[in-house]
Amino acid sequence: MAAITIAEVSKIYHGNVEAVKSVSIDIEDGEFIVLVGPSGCGKSTLLRMVAGLETISKGTVTIGSRVINDVDPAERDIAMVFQNYALYPHMTVYDNLAYGLKNRKTPKAEIDARVAEAARMLEIEPYLARKPRALSGGQRQRVAMGRAIVRKPAAFLFDEPLSNLDAKLRVSMRGEIKRLQKRLGTTSLYVTHDQLEAMTLADRLVVLNGGRIEQIGRPLDVYHRPASTFVASFIGSPAMNLIKGQIEGGSLQIGLYRIELGSRAPVEGAVTVGLRAEDLRLAGVGEDAMLFQVDYVEELGAQRLVHGTIEGQPLTIALSPEMPLSGDLAVTIAVDRLHFFSPETGKRLERGTSFAGDAPAQNLRLETAS
Amino acid sequence: MSTATDLLPASRGGTGTQTGGRRFGAFRFFGGQSKSGGEGVAKRVQFSSPFLPYLFLAPQLAIIFIFFYWPSVQAIQSSFYLEDPFGFGSTFVGMTNYTDVLKSGEYLGIARFTAVFTALVTFFALSIGLLLAVKADGVIRGNAAYKTLLIWVYAIAPPVAGLIGMMFFDQHIGPIVELARWFGWDIKVGLNYFDTAFSMVVVSVWKQIPYNFIFFLSGLQGIPVSVREAAAIDCRSGFRRFWTVILPLLAPTAFFLLIINVTYALFDTFGVIDVMVKDKAANNPITLVYKVYMDGFRGNDLGGSSAQSVILMLIVFVLTIFQFRFIERRVHYN
Repeated sequence: MAAITIAEVSKIYHGNVEAVKSVSIDIEDGEFIVLVGPSGCGKSTLLRMVAGLETISKGTVTIGSRVINDVDPAERDIAMVFQNYALYPHMTVYDNLAYGLKNRKTPKAEIDARVAEAARMLEIEPYLARKPRALSGGQRQRVAMGRAIVRKPAAFLFDEPLSNLDAKLRVSMRGEIKRLQKRLGTTSLYVTHDQLEAMTLADRLVVLNGGRIEQIGRPLDVYHRPASTFVASFIGSPAMNLIKGQIEGGSLQIGLYRIELGSRAPVEGAVTVGLRAEDLRLAGVGEDAMLFQVDYVEELGAQRLVHGTIEGQPLTIALSPEMPLSGDLAVTIAVDRLHFFSPETGKRLERGTSFAGDAPAQNLRLETAS
Repeated sequence: MSTATDLLPASRGGTGTQTGGRRFGAFRFFGGQSKSGGEGVAKRVQFSSPFLPYLFLAPQLAIIFIFFYWPSVQAIQSSFYLEDPFGFGSTFVGMTNYTDVLKSGEYLGIARFTAVFTALVTFFALSIGLLLAVKADGVIRGNAAYKTLLIWVYAIAPPVAGLIGMMFFDQHIGPIVELARWFGWDIKVGLNYFDTAFSMVVVSVWKQIPYNFIFFLSGLQGIPVSVREAAAIDCRSGFRRFWTVILPLLAPTAFFLLIINVTYALFDTFGVIDVMVKDKAANNPITLVYKVYMDGFRGNDLGGSSAQSVILMLIVFVLTIFQFRFIERRVHYN
């Protein structure tokens, strides 16, 4: 068990392609860090650099107190779980688990004990004598986990370990990985492109885009205060609505609607406004509201996603399925639920007063400009 | 080549259907080779006439019959006869041809040489092919050029390979002879029994390496990268990784190549030997196949020659059964 420090690490491939651009992450001992981002964002490359499967072009990676840039993968004291499990097809489950220990000259009795313990923990005892081909996807996944556990490494590295499982199994394995990690307290670095997996597993999330870190934070912080439009649209399902607006003299103009922000307007001029689908609600009678033109409705059972437009800008609203829908809707949103981003850089714009010190949610005042 | 492509998927498909159940790994672990054997679902086609399927099979059956069974039957038949050298008739002599052959010291000597020759050629062709494949697999940049250079030799026809090989061992211009002379060894191909045997083995191995190389390389590239990476994390020593992970996963390829190489050394080295001994074996080493040819076509002893080819057929038959029964059992097909 150890802390991992990734300091200004870059990966430059032949032809000057920079896959990872000066990334720094401090991982505490026992922490579960999830690297999340779209494909090609460099998350796997970063993980593989920590594992030693890719060379580190620039920067340093420290595990515990040891800089491991030039250390052989087998000596880094890490264990990795691969997307396609990467079990040794010619070995039995027992040998798959024992292989790494045997190569480290662990005494036979201890190998037996550790394999037995891991097998019990993962409930794969009945399959120890089988070859991987005789196992189901979920069982193979467990064996891959077991191979990591028996080694008792300083860190677990997970490379999209659940993407090959079906949806139902993925959910249950997700819970199991989380539980196991908490129980063993092993520092973990987990790569996924699935934001839901990232949200549910992580102690802290690292959102990557184009080889750079967009944001590091606890899942709910990232969800509630996305640092950029990229994070806003990547984390959360449905994605945050992003529409164009204009701030003039303390009020936000969206098309024909004006919303009073008071002293809390972040900047003057053009902004990108972020609205979570579940923060938008139907306006009560007599309340100021915006006209929402409905395009189509997605029924999810617990929720109903209504897609449409406000002033010609596309938006999605999450509504309770009990509410009757009839034609176009009058919707409103609490002012403190609005997010502002710079239209040029996509970065989050903080408001004048801090969030924590905000007055209780006020309903927005809507004034029709014309 | 045709035997190569036929044999492999067939055997693999067989084991695949036996194991049943989850076969999802099979696609990946053996890359291109397993595609034909990989699909577990057999399509059932209904024919309107019961004779139609036989009609479709007829060309293949005809080829097998005309080119394999018929000559075999002919050989077996004529092995019991003493043929007149000028083709004026034949006399039934029972097992005499066989007893003559098996009592002949010369024949047994040739059989012994053939065994040693086959073992040496198979061993070196396989191990050098594997070594080159492992090295080529490790090359990242410029590997296409590297592989092409190694595969090239395979495109050469056997007699030409024999000729080029002869040039290596030429008394006056052969570079290998020069090299050996430097070490004080005066190689005399065609005159000295051992020297001729040595050059035969070298040229035969040299000719077969590219073939083995191609198969080993494709076998290596069929091993999933992630399995190698998992092994790299589990085991520090590259040499140990090779023995414990890579080689066992190459076993199906190696087993297939073993059969092909034994067959090659027994039969397909004919061209090489022919060029080396120039039709006049005299004291030089030859293999059983060449002896069949010498007795049948140079000595005009068709009966004895037929008896020899029947014996050879039996040897290969037994050898192949042995290989499948005892070695394949240890091979892990995924």
